[in-house]
Amino acid sequence: MPPQRSPVKIRVHPLGDAAVLAELGTRLDTALNTRAIALAAALKKRRDVRQAVAGHASVTVQFDPDQVTHGALAAAIRRLAAKRPPMEEPGRLHRIPVVYDGPDLVAVAAKLGLSPEQVIEHHGRPIYRAFLIGFVPGWAYLGPLPEELVLPRRSVPRTQVPAGSVAIAGHQTGVYPLVSPGGWHLIGRTSVRLFLPDSDPPSLFRAGDRVKFFPVPE
Amino acid sequence: MTEALRVVQPGLFTTIQDIGRPQAIAAGVPPGGAMDRFAHSAANMLVGNERGAATLECTLSGPYLVAERDCLIAITGADLDPHVNGASVPGWTGVLLAAGDELTFGRRRTGARAYVAVGGGVAGDRWLGSMSTNLMCGRGGMDGRALISGDVISVHDSTVPLIAGRTMSEHLRPRYEERTLHAIAGPHFTRLQPESRQALFEATYAVSHDSNRMGYRLEGARLDAPGDELLSFGLVAGVVQLPSGGQPILLMADHQTAGGYPIVATVASASMPIAAQLAPGDELRFTETSIEVALALRADQRAALESLTN
Repeated sequence: MPPQRSPVKIRVHPLGDAAVLAELGTRLDTALNTRAIALAAALKKRRDVRQAVAGHASVTVQFDPDQVTHGALAAAIRRLAAKRPPMEEPGRLHRIPVVYDGPDLVAVAAKLGLSPEQVIEHHGRPIYRAFLIGFVPGWAYLGPLPEELVLPRRSVPRTQVPAGSVAIAGHQTGVYPLVSPGGWHLIGRTSVRLFLPDSDPPSLFRAGDRVKFFPVPE
Repeated sequence: MTEALRVVQPGLFTTIQDIGRPQAIAAGVPPGGAMDRFAHSAANMLVGNERGAATLECTLSGPYLVAERDCLIAITGADLDPHVNGASVPGWTGVLLAAGDELTFGRRRTGARAYVAVGGGVAGDRWLGSMSTNLMCGRGGMDGRALISGDVISVHDSTVPLIAGRTMSEHLRPRYEERTLHAIAGPHFTRLQPESRQALFEATYAVSHDSNRMGYRLEGARLDAPGDELLSFGLVAGVVQLPSGGQPILLMADHQTAGGYPIVATVASASMPIAAQLAPGDELRFTETSIEVALALRADQRAALESLTN
């Protein structure tokens, strides 16, 4: 079968002299993310590419400028992106138990015009996609969140969010793997460890995995 | 592996660093590695090591070390006024220590980070393919932490002869005092308001005291880049990101792996060693550079390093 022309318009921006940011789109979209992950995997096989990491709808590529120019790499990225992405293997499914007693649960419910029970119900409904791993070790951006739960981030971020906190912001949800600062709304906590420093890779979730939350009493 | 240096005093912040673990960014783990790769590579080459061998990165004030056996060292990067047994020793030069010799540092003269390479290469805990210390995860290097008094630094056994006196001439070293960083306009540069575009490449910024190996917060002209929130994307060291407060952040070796702030510029790879030698309070400027010029500077720097292989 000949490669199909893709409707994806790709923009390749320089990130200095040895990296580029290839943008496939600007929407939070599972199909775009699938293409980004496939493109990163294809780029990693090239000898002139040192590192390729998928974002939500982009790929950040570090390359060896002694082996390839910006222009030639950008052309190669466009060529690869135009190919029909390989059939995606379904990501592994993780079921994550959550104690829904987060410090922001009541306030979040009030802002959304819901009861805390309804927030919990909505949050546990979808099977989320892990769009990308990053920000801190083991953190996964999960989504899309049900429309009923969409809220901007907290105006004042917390300086310390406990590890295991389950949080929402915008169209996404996530679990803080380590104690870190954070601006998302904390609705619960899990005992599952997401950052596994003695494993390789050290993250429980990988880009493309699927995640389902379910409530537990304690 | 052999014990080579005993830590009497660790200095302000001394860690084991190599060239990092770039493949770990897919799991959200910072790439890490030496901040000043030029000085790190040069130090290794001056003692006959592979460029990527681990060294000690000594920040602002150096450690007090005692040689446990004869070893060849080289000190590059910042000039922290190194002494052996009380006598000043040159930087960027292979120096032979005899068992019992004391390596100490005085007052900081230039730069922020000195690198101490030891013949054979410093041996540290390897984590995800690198011996670089990652403090956040408590892994790599010396038990995942900065050196403390009483630590003993081991080196890999080497068959390379210990030849002291190899040196990098001054004109080949980075001009750390220049503090002007070549930078290439970033993917979101066009979001900047006209006055902000001008300010980015003309204003003087100070490295805030809230700066570390993850990144430098820069204090100076406020920049405005209005627009929709961005989806998160992968980051690289050297990018200048602009949070909503308008004060840019220059990401360094232990940077977060993904983020969604606009990237207004990226520092040329040849200027990263200079960036690595900035201390809190130091001033810097960005000068707009084309990719071609950045690549030419990069080639010059590599040629300088390669002159050490002869």
